[in-house]
Order: sequence, then structure tokens, then C-alpha cells
Amino acid sequence: MSRSLTPVNRVGVDERAAALGRRSIKTTAKREGIRLATSMIDLTTLEGSDTPGKVRHLCAKAVCPDSSRPEIPSVAAVCVYPALVEVAAAALRGSGVAVASVATGFPAGQTSLKVKLDETREAVAAGAAEIDMVISRDAYLRGDDARVAGEIEAVKEACGAAHLKVIIETAELPTYAHVRHASELAIAAGADWIKTSTGKSTSGATPGVVLVMLETVRDHAHRTGEIVGVKAAGGVSNTKAALHQLVLVKETLGDEWLTPERFRIGASSLLNDLLMQYAKLDGGHYGRAEDFSKE
Amino acid sequence: MATVERTAVKWDYAPAPESRDSATIKPRYDLFIGGRFVAPTDGTVVSTVNPATEEVLAEVAFAGPGDVALAVEAARGAAAGWAALPALERGKYLFRIARLLQERARELAIVETLDGGKPIRESRDVDVPLAAAHFFSYAGWADKLQYAFAGREFAPRGVVGQVVPWNFPLLMAAWKLAPALATGNTAVLKPAETTPLTALLLAEIIEEAGLPDGVVNIIPGDGSAGASLVRSDVDKVAFTGSTAVGKEIQRALAGTGKGLTLELGGKSANIVFEDAALDQAVEGIIEGIFFNQGHVCCAGSRLLLQESVAEEVVRKLWARMERLRVGDPLDKNTDVGAINSAEQLARITSMVEAGEREGATRRSVSCALPEAGYWFAPTMFLDVAPANRIAVEEIFGPVVSVTTFRSPGEAVEKANNSAYGLAAGVWTDNGAKAFEVASKLRAGVVWQNTYNKFDPTAAFGGYKESGFGREGGPAGLSPYVRFGG
Repeated sequence: MSRSLTPVNRVGVDERAAALGRRSIKTTAKREGIRLATSMIDLTTLEGSDTPGKVRHLCAKAVCPDSSRPEIPSVAAVCVYPALVEVAAAALRGSGVAVASVATGFPAGQTSLKVKLDETREAVAAGAAEIDMVISRDAYLRGDDARVAGEIEAVKEACGAAHLKVIIETAELPTYAHVRHASELAIAAGADWIKTSTGKSTSGATPGVVLVMLETVRDHAHRTGEIVGVKAAGGVSNTKAALHQLVLVKETLGDEWLTPERFRIGASSLLNDLLMQYAKLDGGHYGRAEDFSKE
Repeated sequence: MATVERTAVKWDYAPAPESRDSATIKPRYDLFIGGRFVAPTDGTVVSTVNPATEEVLAEVAFAGPGDVALAVEAARGAAAGWAALPALERGKYLFRIARLLQERARELAIVETLDGGKPIRESRDVDVPLAAAHFFSYAGWADKLQYAFAGREFAPRGVVGQVVPWNFPLLMAAWKLAPALATGNTAVLKPAETTPLTALLLAEIIEEAGLPDGVVNIIPGDGSAGASLVRSDVDKVAFTGSTAVGKEIQRALAGTGKGLTLELGGKSANIVFEDAALDQAVEGIIEGIFFNQGHVCCAGSRLLLQESVAEEVVRKLWARMERLRVGDPLDKNTDVGAINSAEQLARITSMVEAGEREGATRRSVSCALPEAGYWFAPTMFLDVAPANRIAVEEIFGPVVSVTTFRSPGEAVEKANNSAYGLAAGVWTDNGAKAFEVASKLRAGVVWQNTYNKFDPTAAFGGYKESGFGREGGPAGLSPYVRFGG
């Protein structure tokens, strides 16, 4: 069966996304925006060199990003590879910060379904409350939507009570119309969240792809009443970019979507820039990078 | 241990007003005639107000008939010298004006917003950069005219009289002056009654650029000054404004041998097909009708929706309209500013009342409007019959009339069913359909999957009662020359 794509106009999307990037966010709006963005972060480390020690440090930072400013909230979740879920779960117990884990052969997804399901079950058993899966781009690009959907459904089942975020890896999709189509496919197959990127490809959560995905969940909510979250991951590395994401959410979906229950930002270096910018609002000058711990 | 805050917050943008500090408005401005600012001889002095607050910004001299004659005389005196100047030198003056416009961009944007009520976002990102771009573009043409006219003999018209409207005061002055000067004419420009300030700043720039005295004369005034100017000893008239005034001018000039171009009103159709990218079409509808509060001659004021998607588009459009930020034009986050004048507000109000009386369904956004100043909430009319006044007459405000069609043929018929023919928009993801429909539309500009995009290299102008003659690009040069040996 051939695919039917809902038309999406690239020029128009990019123009609208760029226009929203020109909103002027100053003073109190900037202060509140930084705190809000902080609360939406999935603080992420996905490196071959990750160790239990590094993950524990990251978890401490996730719970209390800046000990000198208690008004800065905890982040939403810490995102790690499955092997480190247990460490993160222990470090975050009782904090309200969730453990998220990339399963399903992250980032390429080029493993068998059996391996993907085993990895998912193990991560959940070790304490992951959220699973970030990748779709099989090879199948998607071949036009095998049934296989993509079937895998999502199977992983969703393997998640049990854990929430499923489906990464469509927008950098590897041909057009915005495919971003919308893949988003709809993931939602229909049971995704609790749709997520832009692995952070391991050529581009990430550009304002344009996030806008298309926000419009997709908005239309889905209108049609069915169901809320599907959006996670922007990859490339949102400074305060300006994060506030731009908040503007996209606010002006596409409305204020009720400005919550970590519905919108997340997957990032590793963003948090420190938010803290530096927040400190600048108090002190009037930028701090030094070394004043803020990386972990 | 801290816990995650999981409550939705109401996150709104703090006020972000552009500072007025970088713009100094003088208490009084005089007429710019013969290279000097001079007091009117038989004119008056009038206050110009900020339509967003009704605050008086400055006193401005308005030209009387004697002043108009003096300005035309000054232009006449400068004509031979300017025309005889090597074309490359004329181009240099235009480049200088363009650069000075850029240097004073911030100031010009602030004054444009204060005097006219348009959002600073638009004056900063559209009006001022495009005005500079027009001067740059025509500066480049000045010494290449033989390529624009393909081997034909040509000479400047001489003295041109130019009358511009209040909706894009600086930009329209640039549209008029740049091609006139590039082709070797001298000019008398009359800015609009309610928005004279940026044209007077342009006069300062022209003075600073060192143009020979009398090449450009700028004389604010009301309609009577415009009427004197078009009837004076000029060789060509260029007018942008209402169709009613355009007809008067054409009557007055008939048989005189004077050149004339008219850029008049419109009731442009924005056509959305069922196979369009609907979210982007909605953005284009918004841009088409709420840009500059709908004070745009080519505004997409008649929205034609294919019936199969009409409900969805109207729903999305309404949701988008409710997010428009209406208010202080100087705030960098304002999307819709103030109505230009009390008179225009009265006209919009009366048209909207007529729409309600004729049975169309009115929906206006329930945004808080400031107490002082002139404001009108973004409005759509549904169930509009083609015969209703709001479907036929230009409203020139933030009001869109929505109607439906069933086939491409019907869309074309409805779009063309107008006394006007300035612009149109076509929204479809199907390229063949877009070109077929565009070729059948009787409109001077057809935008495909976009709206209200302007560029100095593109010709702009109308069919039917939207006027004649083109502005912009090489086509915008020919009205300013006389062909033949």
C-alpha cells in the first residue's frame, strides 16, 4: 500500500519557526523561561565512556542543578544507556526525577526485534520509567510502515508501565511531510511521546522539525482528545535555543502545554548555559564556565 | 531533597518595548523645497499624532497651492542639470541614500511605528530594509538603462509629481523616488496627511546625501495639496491610493499628455485548495490580512476555501487569530498594532456593521484593546455571500471575508469576480494546479504558497480598477521615461 503524506510546506514551516525565534524574551519572562526550561530537561549522557561515577554525579546535578539558587527546579529526567539505569535509579530514588533509557539498539536501531525487546524489558526492570526507542529508519525509508509500526507496538508492550518515547530521527527523514507522517505513525502505534532525534545524527531538534511535530500532536489532540508529548533532542544547547523551543510550544499549542508532562528537551550542555544566563540576570554579568560543574 | 515542579505555568512575554531614545522627533517640520526646509507660504501647520496613543508627535507644515507651485518650480529648475549628469553619478547618489537609510534604520523604524501605528517588528524587518533595498536596486539600474529598454531611444519625463499613501509611508516614497531619480527625473513627492514624518526624515537624508537642490522636493499636505500637485506643471504623475481618487486624477489628466501610473485598491482573493499544506496556508492567511492591520492594498481580504477543508481551515485560522498579540506597536512582540487614524477606524467600523446587517457571521478576537488610540480587533466574517458589501468593497483593515468553492474553475471565477485585480494567493501542493490557476487569475501579482512577499526586483501593479503601470524591477523604470528619438 502506498503512503499518503499530508502536505507540509518547508518554506512556510521554516519561516514561521524563524519568526517565533525573534520573540523578545527579557527580564521576568527570561527568568521564568529559564526555570521552566530547566524543569523540562532530560539531562542526558550517552557516551561509551559513561561510568557509574559519572552517572551518579549527573544525577546529583539533575536533582539540584544549582545549590546556591534553590528556586531552580530539578530537571525532568536523567537519560542513560540501559547498562547504567540501575545506577541512575539508585541515585535518583525519591527525588521525583525520572530515569529514562535509550533502548532498541540506540542510535541506529539495526538489531533484531528480539534484541530490542530484551533491551527494553531489562531497562524497565532496572528502574527506567521512560524508554526512548528509535524507529527502524531502514524499514521506514524502504516504505515498510507496517514493520515500523509493528516494532513500536511490540516495544510499547514490553515497556509495561514505562512511558514510551519514539525517536523518529528527523535528520534521516527526507522531508517535513515525512516528519509529520512518521510522527503520526508512531502516535498510532502507541507512542506516549514523539522525539526528534538521537543526538547522534547530522542535525537535531531544529525549530522547523519541532514545529511540525507540535502541529502533529496538536491535530491529534483535537481529533482524539489524547495528549502525546514532544521531546526536542539534539542541538538545543543554549538558553536562546531553549527559549525558542518554549515559544514554539506556547504559540502552537498554548500555555497548558508548557509542562514537563508534555514537552521535554533532551540535552547535556544546555543546563549549564541556563544556569549561567540565570546568574547573569541576578549579577548583570556572565559567570565563568568553570563556576558551574559539568556534572 | 528537591522535587520536580510539575505544574503548568502561565509563561508570558514581559513587555519588550523598543526604546524611543534612538529617535529624536523635532517639534516642527517644514516643507522641503529646493534643497531647504522652508515654512509654507500659503499652507498651514498641522499636528501629527501617534494613532496608538493620540499623543501629538510634532507640528508639520502642510503645503498650500502656492507651495506646490514653488516645489514644482524648484524641480523644474533642477531637471536639466540632473538629466545631464552622467548616469553613473546619479547612481552614486542613490547608493548614498540607500546607505543612509540603513544607517538610520532604527530611527526610521521607530518613527514609522510612532507616526503610523504599525508594529515595530514590521517597520524594522519590512518597511525600512525594503525601502533601502529599492534604492540599492534602482541605483544599480541608473547606468544600465539601455539594457532595461533593449536598444530603444529614451529620455527622462522631466518633473514627476508623486502622491503616496499612509500605509507604508517610507517604503512607498522609496518605490516612487528611486526609479524616478535613476531615470533622470526630478520629483515632487507628497506624503500622506496622517504619516508625514518618515518622508521628512528621508528629506533630511537626501539633504545629507548632497543631492543637487530641487532634485527631490517633499511637501506634506492633505488631499487638496495632492490635487494641486497632479494638476500642476508636472510631466508625469504617479499615485498610490484609493480607486476613487485615482479616477479623479485620471479624469483631470485626460488629454494633457502627462504620463500617469495608478496603484489603487484591491479586494484580493487568497485561494486555499484541499491539497494545500494547511498549517502553512493558515500562516499565509494571517500574513495576508493582518500584516500592517490589513492596511495593505494587496491584502488577502477575500479568503476562498475549498469546501472539503473549509471547516478545518476556519478552525485553525481562528485558533491562530486568538494568539495574535494586539497592542503597543513599539513592543517587539506585537503582531497587530493600531489603526492608522480615527477616520480609517470609522470606515472599518462602518463596513463591519454593514457586514453584520447583511447577515454574514462576524467573529472578532476578544483581546484587550488599549483605551486611548484607534484599535480594531482581528475579525473574520463567515457565510459571506459574493454580493455582500464586505465581499466586494475594500475594507483596508484587519477583517477577512471567508467564502467557499468546490472546484478550481469555481475558485478562479469567484476570484476574478471583482472590480479589482491587484493580487491573489494560491495554496496547493500540486504544482500543475498552481500554475494553471495562476495563469487564469486576473491579478497583477499571484503568490503561490506564500503571501505579501515584496522584492525590489519584482514588478507590482494591478489589473482593472486596481490601476495600471508597474513599480519595481525593470518594469518599474519605463513609466519614468519617454521613448522615441
